[in-house]
Amino acid sequence: MTDAVAIDTGADTRKWGKYLYVSSVVLLCAWVIVPIYFLMINTLSSPETVSSFPKPFFPEFDLGSLKFFAGFAGMLTALKNSVLVAGMTMIMSILIGAPAGYALSRFEFRGKGTFRLLILLTRAFPLPLLALPLAVLFIRTGLDDTAFGLALVHTTLALPFAVLITFSLFSGIPIELEEAAWTLGCNRLTAFTKVVLPLILPGITASAIFAFVISWNEVFAAAVLTIENRTLTAFLLQNLDTSPLHLKFAGGFILVVPALIFIFVVRKYLFAMWGIANR
Amino acid sequence: MAEIQIKNVAKTFGTYQALHDINLTIADQEFMVLLGASGCGKTTLLRIVAGLETATTGEIWIGGRRVDHLAPKDRGIAMVFQNYAVFPHMTVFENIGFGLRMQKLANDEVKRRVERTATLMHIEQLLNRYSGELSGGQRQRVAVARALAMEPDVILMDEPLSNLDALLRMEMRAELKGVLAESKTTAIYVTHDQVEAMSMADRISVMHQGKIVQAASPIEVYRNPAAEFVAGFIGNPPMNFLSATPAGNGKWTVAGETLDGPNATAPLQFAIRPEDMQLADTGLKATAKVVEPLGAHLLVTCDVNGTMIRAILDSDHKVKPGDVLTLAPQPDRVRWFDPQTTLAVA
Repeated sequence: MTDAVAIDTGADTRKWGKYLYVSSVVLLCAWVIVPIYFLMINTLSSPETVSSFPKPFFPEFDLGSLKFFAGFAGMLTALKNSVLVAGMTMIMSILIGAPAGYALSRFEFRGKGTFRLLILLTRAFPLPLLALPLAVLFIRTGLDDTAFGLALVHTTLALPFAVLITFSLFSGIPIELEEAAWTLGCNRLTAFTKVVLPLILPGITASAIFAFVISWNEVFAAAVLTIENRTLTAFLLQNLDTSPLHLKFAGGFILVVPALIFIFVVRKYLFAMWGIANR
Repeated sequence: MAEIQIKNVAKTFGTYQALHDINLTIADQEFMVLLGASGCGKTTLLRIVAGLETATTGEIWIGGRRVDHLAPKDRGIAMVFQNYAVFPHMTVFENIGFGLRMQKLANDEVKRRVERTATLMHIEQLLNRYSGELSGGQRQRVAVARALAMEPDVILMDEPLSNLDALLRMEMRAELKGVLAESKTTAIYVTHDQVEAMSMADRISVMHQGKIVQAASPIEVYRNPAAEFVAGFIGNPPMNFLSATPAGNGKWTVAGETLDGPNATAPLQFAIRPEDMQLADTGLKATAKVVEPLGAHLLVTCDVNGTMIRAILDSDHKVKPGDVLTLAPQPDRVRWFDPQTTLAVA
């Protein structure tokens, strides 16, 4: 009898633990998903519905808000600028970050540990602290208000991640593969292009996309360093209080969705960067 | 013709001296095995020959040409790695043909050579597979085929069989020996497995703490170890040692028995292989401690004057723990070592 009771209590505790677990998961998911869901509903509703109350729980699939957004003066230019800056950031952070990642994974050199730490430390300085000197410097050099100038700043922001992700990618490729290629007639460069590059290409793509997202989402430097050539984030920030509600929603949606999709696609490699195996 | 000469090669990693002044000549078409425990420097030496590591000092000559300043690809070598290093993004065909493509050979020549070496290694039916679809043994065959397809002067192998299971290893051992003999290349083969070394080598270089202790034929290494280390490393179970004190006129006292030995005045180590002792009326008095029947033989661990030795006896003998045996060493198989230098005494 007592045995049965003991088992019952055990099962009971397990059941409650399970409830707690499930409800925590649901709560956390809701925390993230509900705002995005409302964003989507309002974006896909007509401007009139957006301003009305109560809000609907299902989207009307009315493209009125998005059309208005597309027609808003300067919005498409800002979108184009965002893509341009993010594209340049992506290319530069890979071109600079991947060789650094390769060096970190393949060579032993003095100060390697310090170097890895310093890479992360570039993220320790708040951007507002750097914005003023940067703005002055950019005005002096003529880089202010250019897509390239902003891409440079975004590259410095994206670079630590590019280095660390590619470092973990290169470390995942056994050095013997390269050595085998060397003995089979390759020099360092051809061994890299014929053996290492094809193997890490998916990871490099992921790292590039991550750099793209970092630039895409960045608002502070974009707002400080550009005036005419604003990116979408800076443009929206500038027009936020003066624009109608449905424009804010549409703009927010356009900002969030690409970032969400990209991060979802590359999540495996981000886990790899943090040392969590997910394969 | 591809004779390999290793001249005065030394290697230091920081303050650690991995190799001390290595001198070794490997004849054309010779199968040389570098044998030693892990950390003895055998892989480092192989990598220096391959050009994957640079020697701190010394020279490497292959086929009468000094190569130590050349990149691996320009040395006329091919290498088989311990973990196979088969390229995962290429098919077996592309793997074997990789080096040939790098040499810019014509398509039909690449195809001919790939198919020939694949047939040689019995993997012709796997040519379209990727490395992920192969077993360890098959990957090993691809790695060897890839090296052979290069038709190199020298083939270097770094523990190529150590990742295979025991049965497969035995099969590959014989096969590899046959294929390499046929290919007429000079081979350096690194292993820590003395059975592999014994069964495959033309000559074995036993390495210990960054030095070559003995380089000789397998039988010579087994019968006449040049140093105590070799005697204790080669053979399973290894050689037995007992301390001996001189009794004058080439006579030695070993555990109370008087035996013939070299003319010397300082104490020596008496050494005998376990299978070179027989039960007899006179000889070393040994108390059996552990008796392990091994089918054809009995492996008897016994106590001689406080020192443990092992003897391999015919399994017809009935031996129990506690029995006192009289073991007679076969006189021509007895070896003597100087405890000061650890070297063999003639």
